[in-house]
Amino acid sequence: MSEFEPKIVAFFCNWCTFTAADLAGTSRLTYPPNIKIIRVMCSGMVDPKYVIKAFLNGADGVLIGGCWPGDCHYINGNLKARRRVALLTELLSQYGIGPERLWLRWIAASEGTMLKEVAEQMTASIKKLGPSELNKPQAMVA
Amino acid sequence: MAKFSKLAFNKGELNNQLSAFFADLLEKNAVDALLAPMAQPKKGVMQTLVTSKQNLSGVDPFAPVVPVNGARLASSLTSNPSGKKIGMVLRSCEVRALVELVKLKQANLEDVVLIGLDCYGRYENTDFLKLRAAGATTEDFLENAQAGKTETDGCDVAGACKICEFPTTDNVDIRLCIFGAGQGTLLIEAVTEKGEEALQTAGRKFGDSPAGRAEAVKKITDARVAAKNAAFAEYRNSTNTFDALNERLAACINCYNCRVACPVCYCKECVFVTDTFRHKGEQYIGWASGKALKMPADTTFYHMTRITHIAAFCVGCGQCTSACPNDIDLMPIFRTSAEKAQGRFEYLAGRSLDEPQPLSIFDHDELVEVTGQVK
Ligand code: SF4
Ligand code: SF4
Repeated sequence: MSEFEPKIVAFFCNWCTFTAADLAGTSRLTYPPNIKIIRVMCSGMVDPKYVIKAFLNGADGVLIGGCWPGDCHYINGNLKARRRVALLTELLSQYGIGPERLWLRWIAASEGTMLKEVAEQMTASIKKLGPSELNKPQAMVA
Repeated sequence: MAKFSKLAFNKGELNNQLSAFFADLLEKNAVDALLAPMAQPKKGVMQTLVTSKQNLSGVDPFAPVVPVNGARLASSLTSNPSGKKIGMVLRSCEVRALVELVKLKQANLEDVVLIGLDCYGRYENTDFLKLRAAGATTEDFLENAQAGKTETDGCDVAGACKICEFPTTDNVDIRLCIFGAGQGTLLIEAVTEKGEEALQTAGRKFGDSPAGRAEAVKKITDARVAAKNAAFAEYRNSTNTFDALNERLAACINCYNCRVACPVCYCKECVFVTDTFRHKGEQYIGWASGKALKMPADTTFYHMTRITHIAAFCVGCGQCTSACPNDIDLMPIFRTSAEKAQGRFEYLAGRSLDEPQPLSIFDHDELVEVTGQVK
């Protein structure tokens, strides 16, 4: 059997983390293809529904990337994202999706190397954890 | 210091006495209008708005039924204010939900005199009608409940009420107290200055503080807290996977009654009835490829979204469970989530008008553990 390849849905903010991913690319840094990036204008616009939908559709992990506190292009979107992630981890944990599957990380535009590291760490740690309960090919979708 | 005014009643006279008290409030202009549970001409007891004492004959505030959570009604009455002073007779779960709606700017207490009730619980609406048809009265219910028995003729109070740890009503101006008041007595408590003024205007005299009240309240509260802890533990142990959650929700038909009934489901338009969820045929086919897609779809998505929306505000009134046409016990799903969410933010829904709601504030230096990163 081939090794489990986690599906990680990543919401990256346009101004910091997505730019870092771009920088990683132009600097020829590689990171695991498990990370599927969705560009959003701000981590603060990641509606909890996006995260829930990703998990319900079988994502093994969700990574939200935003600017460091104080650096948000929209002043405080990232601080709102942090409250929402705290809320979501409280709620999803009961059903087996713990904080180890939902990550929020601050990655500035210049931190291409950190982006690579976070992508590697998260992929490795979810590989170890195994697939999410909801990642089942034959599942009944409720 | 709270002040108490005694209202004595003979057997069968409680509602008449209360009606006389409300008549005084209206007649002496302590309030211009009154919203209170009243017997309806044909059947049932519903919140009823009156402006004159002639219409108080159906007054029955302690009737063990809450057809809708009154916070919703208070919101309708005050979000476009009438400029009239309205007395509102509500239970703990209604006032706690109302506190949240005020903070969400969907209700306004400026011209309201809140009158809270002690509560032994409510029956489901259909059970209540059945019991009434068989001749059960509010006083019978109170007498039995005082003796620790809420079950009658195979009907018992709602599951939410049995685990409600707030049997008395806080954040009100006036409280109608039955716990520890003794047979044939009701105590009218002035809780705030506004309440005291209203009672004085209505001509009430204040007397001694009741001796046994604190103890009686504690006894009921302790029993409910113990029942709550046991129910939460049972839910959490039995429902700790999405499979188990889906099993609980298996009969759901996406009618959305549960969110209509919920007093703190605050969105003006629910996203689940917008175009966002009017999917294209090909999307459904895509989701079903290699899988079995239960239809109507998006059921778990809907409930999980509702959890994220109301976890900070759920007051445990149980109206969601009562509203479900398919007997899904939703209350434990929402209440256990609410306990976690509110605990994380050191918040308690309905506790205070001054505490900011958890998702309305944020701070640069907080919750560092979420990312675990420090610069
Ligand atoms: S989720 Fe249910 S128990 Fe909680 S406030 Fe809404 S209706 Fe009441
Ligand atoms: S009331 Fe019951 S059937 Fe209707 S949406 Fe809620 S859980 Fe589903």
